Amino acid sequence: MTAIAPAIAVEDLGKTFTLHTQGGLQLSVLRGVRLAVEPGECVALADPSGSGKSTLLRCIYGNYRPQAGRILVRDGERTVDVVGAEPRAILELRRRTLGYVSQFLRVIPRVPALDVVAEPLRALGASRAEAMAQAATMLERLRIPERLWRLSPVTFSGGEQQRVNVARGLAAGHPILLLDEPTASLDADSRARVVELIVEARHRGAALLGTFHDAEVRDAVSTRVATLHEAAA
Amino acid sequence: MSTDGERPLLRVRGLTRWYGPHVGCLDVGFDLWPGEVLGVVGESGSGKTTLLGCLSGRLVPTAGTVEFTTREGSSVDVLRMSEADRRRLARTDWGVVHQNPRDGLRMGVTAGANVGERLMALGVRHYGAIREAALDWLGQVEIDGDRVDDMPETFSGGMQQRLQIARNLVTRPRLVFMDEPTGGLDVSVQARLLDLLRTLVADLGLSAIVVTHDLAVTRLLAHRLLVMRRGQVVESGLTDQVLDDPQHPYTQLLVSSVLQP
Repeated sequence: MTAIAPAIAVEDLGKTFTLHTQGGLQLSVLRGVRLAVEPGECVALADPSGSGKSTLLRCIYGNYRPQAGRILVRDGERTVDVVGAEPRAILELRRRTLGYVSQFLRVIPRVPALDVVAEPLRALGASRAEAMAQAATMLERLRIPERLWRLSPVTFSGGEQQRVNVARGLAAGHPILLLDEPTASLDADSRARVVELIVEARHRGAALLGTFHDAEVRDAVSTRVATLHEAAA
Repeated sequence: MSTDGERPLLRVRGLTRWYGPHVGCLDVGFDLWPGEVLGVVGESGSGKTTLLGCLSGRLVPTAGTVEFTTREGSSVDVLRMSEADRRRLARTDWGVVHQNPRDGLRMGVTAGANVGERLMALGVRHYGAIREAALDWLGQVEIDGDRVDDMPETFSGGMQQRLQIARNLVTRPRLVFMDEPTGGLDVSVQARLLDLLRTLVADLGLSAIVVTHDLAVTRLLAHRLLVMRRGQVVESGLTDQVLDDPQHPYTQLLVSSVLQP
């Protein structure tokens, strides 16, 4: 049997921010981080806030640019090192493989919630009708009232925006999902629905890595807990 | 956007333009891929507009090469081709959206004629077909069909800008140059135009180079950014990388200077 590469393999990752507007202040956030996530597992990062969990997720998504190490992401048959990858390679990786749910939705005036959720599906080549139907299912499962679907989420409450964001992040069924506090500002009922969707993604074989401040949510979704500190050791 | 077996639409190397002893742009190089939108940001005088002028053939660079891949798949050197060939390319494959719609529209003819003109330049002669295309494009840029015979003079600034976009896109160009496309517009009008541009660019699979000083515009429109300062590219990367994790002191200053409403 040949060994298959993990979905995500982080090797000796280092990320330092140099703040030129603050007299060149250097903030070393990640040092020597090592971590692997396999398909079908959900790894919860359990460090205290401010320790660099979100920074790690953003590095894996190709949003932050690390100074050291490698981030190997399995993309079908091949493996892509996100560190130093060309912009178009990262965009392609995000389109096909990497999903990301943050705490905050970046809303665009005039773009309806349904289109916001359908966009990643359209990018994967789904027809407009297919993408819209799947988007509607996701919004329904996350209890976004149907009368809001045709409106831009600009005017939605924080919790509604967060659920639209979760719907968008999970709609396309990406094989790898990065989750940065996906339930942060949700009530108990919405939380339960997000948990259900995350567990479903895991069961279909997705590899998940996330931060879940809420211990109940963490216990419900994760198969393993890791810390950046032990990951670095 | 697929990545296999493709060639860049535009290959720019060492592009330099001097104005006497003053540098306009210096040693700029990048590849633009089909379907990609490249944002060029920097403050006034950073060389953005000079770069756009050199790329679109309106300014003659002092040095450098600009290679364009034609529809037939061959590569042409934009700076060394004949004026007639370049004009033909500009008519068929390129569009230019100016900051001031008056620079891109013909103010003396109707809205419909503005859209139809580029089609006629390509040899379309059937009046009915031209009018139909004009009406279709007015609709796509959200201008009422019953304004087709009105003069652009009677349009608001936002409508004039949308008309300019229709005029450019009617011939299905493969590359569009935009200079501060939302520049002179009210914020409410800007949002509408941006959404429209975003949709059109995605639906038509256009490549575009958008010069702007507005970082929020690039977040919505551009896949990739070049940050220019004093004529040189000081930083480049994926749009969200450059905006969320800027590396160069100048980019950090630009990003941190934006007011958050």
